[in-house]
Amino acid sequence: MLALDRNLLHRFGLLLVILGVGLALSVATDTFLSVANLTNVARQISINGILAVGVTFVLLTAGVDLSLGSVVALSGVACATFAHPGEHPVIIPIAVGLLTGAACGLVNGALVTRGGVAPFIVTLGMMTIARGLALIVSGGRPVANMSNELTAFADDLFGVPIPVLCFAAVAFAAWFFLRNFRLGRHIYAVGGNENAARAAGVPVERVKLFAYALCGLLTGLAGVVLAARITTGQPNAGQAYELDAIAAVVIGGTSLAGGVGTITGTLLGVLLIGVINNGLDLMGVSSYYQAVIKGVIIVGAVWLDRRQSRS
Amino acid sequence: MLRALELRKDFGGLTVLHPTSVEFRPGEVHALMGENGAGKSTLMKVLAGLYRPDGGHVEWRGNKVAFGSPHDALVAGIAMIHQELMPIPDLTVAENITLGHEPCVSLGRIDRAAQLRLADKLLLELEADIAPDRLMRTLTVAQTQVVEIAKALGRQADVILMDEPTAALSDHEVAALFRAIARLKARGVAVVYTTHKMEEVFKLADRVSVLRDGRLVGSAPAAELSPAKLITMMVGRDLSDVYPARPKPSADILLEVDGLTREPAYREISFRIHRGEVVALAGLMGAGRTEIASAIYGLQPAASGQIRLRGQPISVRSPRDALAAGIGMVTEDRKGLGLIPALGVGQNITLTALREFCYGPMLNHTAEVAAQQAQMAGFSIKASSPAQPIGQLSGGNQQKALLSRCLLTGPELIILDEPTRGIDIGAKAEIYALIQRLAHAGKAILLISSELPEVLALAHRIVVLRRGSVAATLDATQTDQETVLRHAMPL
Repeated sequence: MLALDRNLLHRFGLLLVILGVGLALSVATDTFLSVANLTNVARQISINGILAVGVTFVLLTAGVDLSLGSVVALSGVACATFAHPGEHPVIIPIAVGLLTGAACGLVNGALVTRGGVAPFIVTLGMMTIARGLALIVSGGRPVANMSNELTAFADDLFGVPIPVLCFAAVAFAAWFFLRNFRLGRHIYAVGGNENAARAAGVPVERVKLFAYALCGLLTGLAGVVLAARITTGQPNAGQAYELDAIAAVVIGGTSLAGGVGTITGTLLGVLLIGVINNGLDLMGVSSYYQAVIKGVIIVGAVWLDRRQSRS
Repeated sequence: MLRALELRKDFGGLTVLHPTSVEFRPGEVHALMGENGAGKSTLMKVLAGLYRPDGGHVEWRGNKVAFGSPHDALVAGIAMIHQELMPIPDLTVAENITLGHEPCVSLGRIDRAAQLRLADKLLLELEADIAPDRLMRTLTVAQTQVVEIAKALGRQADVILMDEPTAALSDHEVAALFRAIARLKARGVAVVYTTHKMEEVFKLADRVSVLRDGRLVGSAPAAELSPAKLITMMVGRDLSDVYPARPKPSADILLEVDGLTREPAYREISFRIHRGEVVALAGLMGAGRTEIASAIYGLQPAASGQIRLRGQPISVRSPRDALAAGIGMVTEDRKGLGLIPALGVGQNITLTALREFCYGPMLNHTAEVAAQQAQMAGFSIKASSPAQPIGQLSGGNQQKALLSRCLLTGPELIILDEPTRGIDIGAKAEIYALIQRLAHAGKAILLISSELPEVLALAHRIVVLRRGSVAATLDATQTDQETVLRHAMPL
């Protein structure tokens, strides 16, 4: 009961912070509280949101994935390469993008579980490998000339941007999965105490492999969504995306030590970062200062949270 | 010289230590007794500066003191050895022992030679055969314990508080520790220590204080007490028969272990267990007891030899294989191999048998919660709800939850490794009764325990190990502690 209350308090507190920031912004600017801007916020956070949900699984197993940004670029380039008009049905470039991401995740997971290499090192390696592959596949140039069917992926459906719908669907599925599937419980057990989980008969290696592969698949999805939005496969896209995603997850209360965290928390973390980014833009803060302010807010939010949970 | 005066400690509105006054004198060994949660550790931690009292104060050499941190207490001459050991695994034994007061030459450079000499001298004083340049992580739990004690000795402390120092030690090591304590006593050091082992108190302590539910029940010279009197003081009632009767085992053989070998831990281990039989593995720490259990449960498979279950050879490469074959185990290493501390008690209980509460890959929450509640009631596990993180429970309740996790899978062979370590006498009695109920139900039980009275009272047969080999197989009803020890001691 105690833990539940603390969780609620944490989420409630974070929600209050988000509402406070939102309130401040609606007073400070006339544009923040408009349908157009809020839709824009939603669109902007959807890619970071999909990545954050994916990496939540990895962080819950006490792992980490630093390759998200590079894999976004590689998946986007791979998708765009198969998306020239009239070549393939639209399902092919989408599948290629998703599978590219999933393959990267599988390799990460296999090296962590079979190879016994620390996740930090494995995914650091994947970060530069995937970036290099993206540059090789694209010849270092943006892959343009994408079919309208694919770029339509960034359009609206019933007035809601499709990337936002993707994010919402992914988040709901992830929440439902962690809560209602045996594998979801196993993810928490592995992150909470890997050796105890193994002794209790949990297939630890399979669980971890799944987490990395799923994270990779969602990274592939983010790559496809990004390519559709910018209508090209950019080998240099996604720089430092992993940092925003991991920051959102940690702000949302997930422990880097594993075993503790929720998708709801991740959603709120994503929302906070999105609102801050948007607000700083609206207020015309220079991007140099934006970077500093964002960093301070991320560290501050986590510091406050840890201080609160210690007391 | 060290006195607690009306010391009180609250946790979240709950008073865990009611105003308590005790005096600890130089050259005296003072045992603190009581069930888990009686307030022994809390009292010690207040004395050692780890907790600040919410009432009363500590008097040290006639002055009222308020230690702000364990370091303040240490500087004043009060050292504490914790129940949960805190070594730094990747430093050497010598570095751990001298941590924080390393012998230095100029510019803060560590004098390695002096460091090793100092560590060696302290370990020698404890008669411990541990090379000071070994890495901490290569040590067994017992050896780690010895190093922690050496560390406190190195501080030249005037008061040493030990929270269950012998819980993880073999009899041989306990004897060495007692000799070290006797030397401390002769030097005029006040030793305060807690234990659950009754015999020790009468061997070691000069004075005994008993706590119950956070209150001091009494304080008396050990010579004026008897074990029965002490138990009555601790639990507040007579516990005339702690050990239930042993049911008769069946003729049916369940487990046969044949020539199990993994050098250098153990070799040519053979024994069998009938249905309804409790077989104990006895031996000193490091004799290979836990390693053999780990092999049968698949945590660390043997290099050669055969395990047969119901007459069929089985291959156990992982705990999953063992569980599938009908073998369950409750570990001695609760923290390392047992608990998932952040998960609720309930989810810890259902972790292994989770498939039973699923439709395909999906959880059936209703069935799961019902099972959790039934298990918690059946094992009288005290928690605010099944969702309370298991890390917050007392040792006894954690142990019962792990037993419940193991039994929920319906194993036929149950391996219990130190099932009563560090838990209070009430919970111990419950576990003893449970063991005999399981035997009665036709389960085969492999019991590992460092407490010989427990082994003699619970087991049908005792397999005594000495340095990784079977030294003798004894009928538990026909033998005594001396015989078991004679076989267990290296010649």
